[in-house]
Amino acid sequence: MRIALFVTCLADTMFPAAAKATVQLLERLGHEVVFPPGQTCCGQMHVNTGYQDQALPLVRRHVRTFAPYDVIVAPSGSCVGSVRHQHAMVARKAGDAGLAARAEDVGSKTYELSELLVDVLGIEDVGAYYPHRVTYHPTCHSLRMLRVGDKPLRLLRNVRGIDLVDLPAADQCCGFGGTFAVKNADTSTAMLTDKMSHVLETGAEVCTAGDSSCLMHIGGGLSRIDAGVRTVHLAEILASTQES
Amino acid sequence: MTFLGMPTTAPRGVGNLRGDESFPAAAHKALQDEQLRRNLGHATTTIRRKSGAVIGELPDWQELREAGSTLKANTMARLPELLDQLEANVTAAGGVVHWAADANEANQIVTDLVKATGHDRVIKVKSMATQEIGLNEALEASGITAVETDLAELIVQLGNDKPSHILVPAIHRNRAEIREIFLREMPGVDPALTDEPAELAGAARRYLRETFLSTKVAVSGANFAVAETGTLAVLESEGNGRMCLTLPETLITVMGIEKLVPTWRDLEVFLQLLPRASTGERMNPYTSMWTGVTPGDGPQNFHLVLLDNGRTAVLADEVGRQALHCIRCSACLNVCPVYERTGGHAYGSVYPGPIGAILSPQLTGVEDNASLPYASSLCGACFDACPVKIDIPSILVHLRNEVPHPRAEKAAFGAVAYTMDHPALYTRAQHAAKLSRHAKKLPPPLNGWTASRDLPEPPSETFRDWWAKR
Repeated sequence: MRIALFVTCLADTMFPAAAKATVQLLERLGHEVVFPPGQTCCGQMHVNTGYQDQALPLVRRHVRTFAPYDVIVAPSGSCVGSVRHQHAMVARKAGDAGLAARAEDVGSKTYELSELLVDVLGIEDVGAYYPHRVTYHPTCHSLRMLRVGDKPLRLLRNVRGIDLVDLPAADQCCGFGGTFAVKNADTSTAMLTDKMSHVLETGAEVCTAGDSSCLMHIGGGLSRIDAGVRTVHLAEILASTQES
Repeated sequence: MTFLGMPTTAPRGVGNLRGDESFPAAAHKALQDEQLRRNLGHATTTIRRKSGAVIGELPDWQELREAGSTLKANTMARLPELLDQLEANVTAAGGVVHWAADANEANQIVTDLVKATGHDRVIKVKSMATQEIGLNEALEASGITAVETDLAELIVQLGNDKPSHILVPAIHRNRAEIREIFLREMPGVDPALTDEPAELAGAARRYLRETFLSTKVAVSGANFAVAETGTLAVLESEGNGRMCLTLPETLITVMGIEKLVPTWRDLEVFLQLLPRASTGERMNPYTSMWTGVTPGDGPQNFHLVLLDNGRTAVLADEVGRQALHCIRCSACLNVCPVYERTGGHAYGSVYPGPIGAILSPQLTGVEDNASLPYASSLCGACFDACPVKIDIPSILVHLRNEVPHPRAEKAAFGAVAYTMDHPALYTRAQHAAKLSRHAKKLPPPLNGWTASRDLPEPPSETFRDWWAKR
């Protein structure tokens, strides 16, 4: 299958390992990955902070860039959520019904990585090998915006060598929330503190998730307290093999 | 039809919809209070577990939510005609209907009605609408004493405090604190009172029983009003409401205009949704319903005050109007990770938590509660918990787009958007970010991040550089 990668600006700039792993995983499974070069940012941060006018050109750019492709994947539940649930709303509010229709079309063929693997490609065992103690944090937008359910966990359970441990109160937000982490830094930190203590309770060496943004938040906190727990994107675990 | 202009928002200087400081400033203080954090964490976890268990028993919970949502949407679409119908039916049953455009009018109407009875004390059923308009303060100013009879509301009143939860207004207090408040403020309290819950309840009971039997005027809110019959409904758990609604000679009910349901049958849906979502009970303990005046039975004078106070302005907003569907169950508070840590006072309004973050700014106009739409990480737990499916995250995003933005922030977001819309500039910015070594501390307003979190190490190459080299 020919799959267009929507890399997301955060993974492109700060967490390329998650994006490279997405490419390597899909190619290993026999698919062709293309990277539409006109892509930049989906505009989620603008929409969620109250700048829909400024987000409009970014929505237009995203839709124009990805409209020609049949299947689009992103290593982020949050960015897929924005594309699927916010782009058409922004276009409609700006009075552009044509753009809204095209945005809905692009949204309907854009998948978060675990959705693509399980729902579109019909695969739960990707042949990965990852001999580490891992706990999985289901990010809010994958859980409640996209409803990915246990798809990431089904993929992780099939990884060879993995010691997968349940995260207590897993469905509670880590406190990131985009600009929330800055505008309400104290409350965000209080939420992060509880999330980190749950991660530490598991005794895991690795905390994984489907969103680089939440991992940046949890990882930033764990690094500050020298917890010795790494944050690794789901794609990187699934891309790991015995050879690599 | 005459065009009467845009609907007005709730007036300043009266009522309890606006805080003294922004949410982040108030939250900063609340987060220092470890006792508060423990009380809240314990209480919300308990309610969540209880509610989750009884909701899990119903195979048709999602269908019920859908029905509740649809009924409310339908009610809002026909609100003017349904209100007229309600007025006609209440009047026909012997009640008197008053229309209050805002908090000041409502307070004046109730004060005048109480004065006309010649009494100077009223008993109250717990009511969000009267808290919203500051009725107790207004009555006090006219020499009328209002006694709250809901146990938690009484604790708040005696403690000279403000409610911090819609359903459990004293959720921020533990039993040791309640004992102290009773010993200090409750008339005739036994000085040997301990902090055993049954003893505390007993003390309140003795005090309230005397008040119920000697007070001739009651003030209540309403959970529902049935347009087709003119019936009012109050749901409560302690029986104090039943006393207030039946014992006095005069009953004055203050109700927001959005509390309507079209038909008697519609109550079937809400009487299933509300107790399971709010207190985690299968059936509400005390459900009192009355239609106007019944000669020889219950209050012989009944007044219904229909309160707007910004609700028509909310109704005018196609996205935001869903906030009027709220049945005040507080499920969204109990699942909210922000509320659980800051408590209700940080929101500055009688409506705290996620519903407060979308309702208060709309009632007052967003400029007066501009920080509230940002008091959420948009995690979506509130939307899942809401028994009438109010899409709170989407309304938060909608309101963030309406609030006035700080000039520097607006300029920064504009610059970022411009860069992101020009791939060459974007690539250049990426390289600049990559080359700059991160400081340990970011400058304001970004220093909130580095106060508790390290920044990621910038990678040696961006994804698109790697891709270009393949």
